[in-house]
Amino acid sequence: MSTDSFSHHILSVLVQNRPGVLARVAGLFARRGYNIFSLAVAPAEDEGFSRITIVVDVDSSPLEQIVKQLFKLIEVVKISELDPRLSVERELLLATVRTTAEQRGQVVELVNIFEGKILAVGVEALTVSLDGHPDKLDDFEELIAGYGIVELQRTGRVALPKLDREARLRAVNTKPNNGKAG
Amino acid sequence: MKITGAQALIRSLEMEHVETLFGLPGGCILPAYDPLLDSSIRHILVRHEQGAGHMAEGYAHVTGQPGVVMVTSGPAATNMVTPLMDAYMDSIPMVCITGQVATTAIGTDAFQECVTVGITRSVTKHNELVMTAEDIPLAIRQAFHIATTGRPGPTLVDVPKDLLLASVDWYWPTDQEVADSLPGYRPTTKGHPRMIKEAAKAILAAERPILYVGGGALKARAAEAVRELAELTGTHVVTTLMARGVLPDDHPLCLGMPGMHGNATAVTSMQRCDLLINIGARFDDRITGRLSAFAPEAKVIHIDIDPAEQGKVRRPDIPIVGDARQVTEELVKVIREMLHTGVTQADTTAWKSRVSGWRELFPLSYEPSEPGEALKPQYCLELLRDSAPEGTIVVSGVGQHQMWASQYWKFTEPYTWVNSGGLGTMGFSVPAAIGAKVGRPDRTVWAVDGDGCFQMTAQELVTATVERIPVKVAILNNSYLGMVRQWQEMFYDERYSEVYLSPEVPDFVKWAEAMGCVGIRVDSPEEVQPAIDKANEIDDRPVVVDFRVDAREKVFPMVPAGASNDELLLPAWQESNRGSL
Repeated sequence: MSTDSFSHHILSVLVQNRPGVLARVAGLFARRGYNIFSLAVAPAEDEGFSRITIVVDVDSSPLEQIVKQLFKLIEVVKISELDPRLSVERELLLATVRTTAEQRGQVVELVNIFEGKILAVGVEALTVSLDGHPDKLDDFEELIAGYGIVELQRTGRVALPKLDREARLRAVNTKPNNGKAG
Repeated sequence: MKITGAQALIRSLEMEHVETLFGLPGGCILPAYDPLLDSSIRHILVRHEQGAGHMAEGYAHVTGQPGVVMVTSGPAATNMVTPLMDAYMDSIPMVCITGQVATTAIGTDAFQECVTVGITRSVTKHNELVMTAEDIPLAIRQAFHIATTGRPGPTLVDVPKDLLLASVDWYWPTDQEVADSLPGYRPTTKGHPRMIKEAAKAILAAERPILYVGGGALKARAAEAVRELAELTGTHVVTTLMARGVLPDDHPLCLGMPGMHGNATAVTSMQRCDLLINIGARFDDRITGRLSAFAPEAKVIHIDIDPAEQGKVRRPDIPIVGDARQVTEELVKVIREMLHTGVTQADTTAWKSRVSGWRELFPLSYEPSEPGEALKPQYCLELLRDSAPEGTIVVSGVGQHQMWASQYWKFTEPYTWVNSGGLGTMGFSVPAAIGAKVGRPDRTVWAVDGDGCFQMTAQELVTATVERIPVKVAILNNSYLGMVRQWQEMFYDERYSEVYLSPEVPDFVKWAEAMGCVGIRVDSPEEVQPAIDKANEIDDRPVVVDFRVDAREKVFPMVPAGASNDELLLPAWQESNRGSL
């Protein structure tokens, strides 16, 4: 599904890296009836913390309530709401595409145009990888669909705020503020 | 010095000033019960873990101290789910310690294993599975800190058996270490000065203000501050089901309980006000009725320590996140300063006389029974109230009797009313009353219960007898699940489905006696007072009074579910005055 067709917001949530924290976050969304569009988790820059990037479908409920409820989780340290226009977003796609020997060149050409990589070549299929803005991945997915997708996996997006001049200076001068209301 | 994990656990509880533990031992928690023998902590051995949970809640309600429970793994942990959720809904500080199977057995479907942290995740403010014995003291400190600060609530610490048996060096973490271990937990207690200033202005400018005070005001020990604010500005106060007693019912500014079964004045004054000053309440659906029609002309000030309550239901015009007592005291100070500097308060005379008019026209009332007719539950409550020693604590279950108790009791001080508001847990009353009596042994504790509720948790009266906790239980026995019956009568064309219990069984007197209590049965109005007098005289064992009351009696007023508060159903004899509301 294309992410352009609904009003999505990206929450970048810094959490203490402890057992069960992802279950708490996911459970909260389920319990309060909020919809998660995608979710990505990985250790953050500071030891002991992870960053969860959640894309929420805000048609399901007001973003303000989601953020406040998330803040109530003891392990949630910081939440940044990233406006898609003011952030850099990336996602990774892996796909195995069915190709005959004749079509292989066309698929390779597509992968090159999109600046993806060929990871493995088989007699009747190719495994490719592509990272980039989720919209770009949507386009790529649509184009390779015509050849036949054997398997496809996307990671869900991760995002960080775009650096403007002021933010660049702030980033150099201060550490992120971990304090929060709760 | 090396001690066992179990000793570290009990010592941690002592360090947290725990005086009473409600619990029941079993396999996985067994090691912790051994050092308990050498501890100063009193342990109350319950007959069912749910009872321990509600006792802890009752204890916390009346003392302000966290109620503490210790039970084993598996079925004991699942039996705790209801009281944990009850405490979560009503923001009651409670710490629950559960045993867990050994770390090596976790995930193997071991005997009495369940995923306690998984099951209780959504019914606790926070929970934690401890994985090393050295972490036990820190986990306990965190649990108490989280349960008692910010918006209070239940926490749970799950401790595997091998950790209790392990040998550890005793270390008690410092405040700073606890704070550092919880970087994401920093409750805001001080209200924003600009918002408080704005609130003060709004209060002085309002012509029809109402103070809407909820359970949060009691949790924050804000009763005194609320009274000051009310008296300073001459503002009437409605006290929600969770806040009964925050202002004495005989105080001229106290309007009593609003909501689905609130009195007409409390309900209507909220509907017609131009400023609603919410202190520690959460716009519960039982208060607002149909939300779109609730207090349509009111500007809203919302004081709440939980930021997520701001705008969750009704968007406030002036949100103030902070501790109810601190914010209210600050508000009083700012209003005083403004009055001193010449700001005048808007004229509220017309509004006050309207409110007084409603109070005169719409007092709470019921039709007393004629001689020979069935006993009225409200009549029993009135006599119970009028005979109660000063400072009596009333604890109710859930249903008609709860509403009547809240309506007809006259509360004169805070922390004398205990009930299950948010979750509406039938069976809450008996164990919660026992916990309240443990917390305040100097007070008379009356449980006001229904016959349906009583049958859910009555076994804890055995605990009360054995532990010498002389609570008194008044069963308003109508042989029905009365509130459900009322709805079926009113909204389901009197088609009574599965609500009739039985007038013959159980025999409540025999049952009470079997549990070591004094049992008294009351059938007619003349027997009410003597029975109450007798019950009040007994102080060495629990008493159960079985009041056989009229099953046809309904709770009024009533806002039908989904209706607007303006569609409040009044007793028949008040309907002709509806035009004045």
